[in-house]
Amino acid sequence: MNTRSVLTVALTLLALGMVSPVYAQEAAADAATTLGQWSIITAGFALGLAAAFGALGQGKAIASAVEAIARNPSAFGDIRFALIFGLVLIESLVIYVLLISLILFFVNPFTG
Amino acid sequence: MDKLHHELWIVNAINAVLGPVVALGYRALGMEIPDGKLVPDYLAMLLVLSAALVALAFVVRSRLSVENPGKLQILLEDAVQGLYSMLDMLVGPKGRRYLPLIGTVFVIIWLSNLAGLVPGLMAPTSNINVTVGCALLVWFYYHIEGIRAQGLGAYLKHFAMPPGIPVFLAPIMIIIEPISHLARAMSLSLRLFGNVFGEELVILILASLVPFVVPLPMMMLGVLTGTLQAGIFVMLTMIYLGGAVAAEHEAH
Repeated sequence: MNTRSVLTVALTLLALGMVSPVYAQEAAADAATTLGQWSIITAGFALGLAAAFGALGQGKAIASAVEAIARNPSAFGDIRFALIFGLVLIESLVIYVLLISLILFFVNPFTG
Repeated sequence: MDKLHHELWIVNAINAVLGPVVALGYRALGMEIPDGKLVPDYLAMLLVLSAALVALAFVVRSRLSVENPGKLQILLEDAVQGLYSMLDMLVGPKGRRYLPLIGTVFVIIWLSNLAGLVPGLMAPTSNINVTVGCALLVWFYYHIEGIRAQGLGAYLKHFAMPPGIPVFLAPIMIIIEPISHLARAMSLSLRLFGNVFGEELVILILASLVPFVVPLPMMMLGVLTGTLQAGIFVMLTMIYLGGAVAAEHEAH
């Protein structure tokens, strides 16, 4: 399959994906349902973004910690402590997004 | 969230025993008796875990020996030694007097995290009431210890002028510092809750898709994160305690 046909298939799928909520909206004609669907989509995307950038930050931290340990192995204890402390602080931001996503999934205050 | 709920026989047993007592307490206070279980799942599980810990402590104490220590005694002595060395490093030379609270919090959170992986039990820390309770306990504790170590005036002065901050920033710092201290309580509780609850949710969803073998890697990860989160909770507590108690020394 060449690039153009892949692109065509992808665009078609995207268009179908855009269209289907509209049909669902017409069928259900219920504001709460649409809001519920969108909040699920939003929660998924938010979690993906948070995980991606959180992993990026943690990766940078781990990379420089490993580099520092390789240069000065005798400082292993201190570096490990600083590394874990930093990883925890980065991780807690991702956990906040996870909690917000879980709220949107399970106890969404807007859809009732 | 209701569909994630499942009955636990141990909670039902505790309710059968303690339910009438709690109902009596409600009646004595003149309050209406709420519907459903009088002892919620997480409280029942905390009671079970505390009872197990106390029983373990009695068993170990009855077998204490200097010449011929058993395996369990050596293990627990190593755990206490590890906490001592962390306290020495993070709180300072006077850190060892905080071992009772730190050790208790560590043990109960660690056991609570791991209890979620045992069939028939649930992790009390996957309920936000428990984690907020732990975080608030620790939060008030380090403030009180800070006031005890430095005196009220000197301790409050650090909110306006943390060591190493120029004096003209004091009007800004006095707004920022209380907010950052409140954020500590929030992040302590939400981090623990999010980790444990997320872990349980993943295991539950995987187990509802394929009940055997497939959730096992996630449960392995659950052992790791449960231990790590208990350690991190205690480590942050020690850092906050160190900041509150030893801020005087850093200023010099």
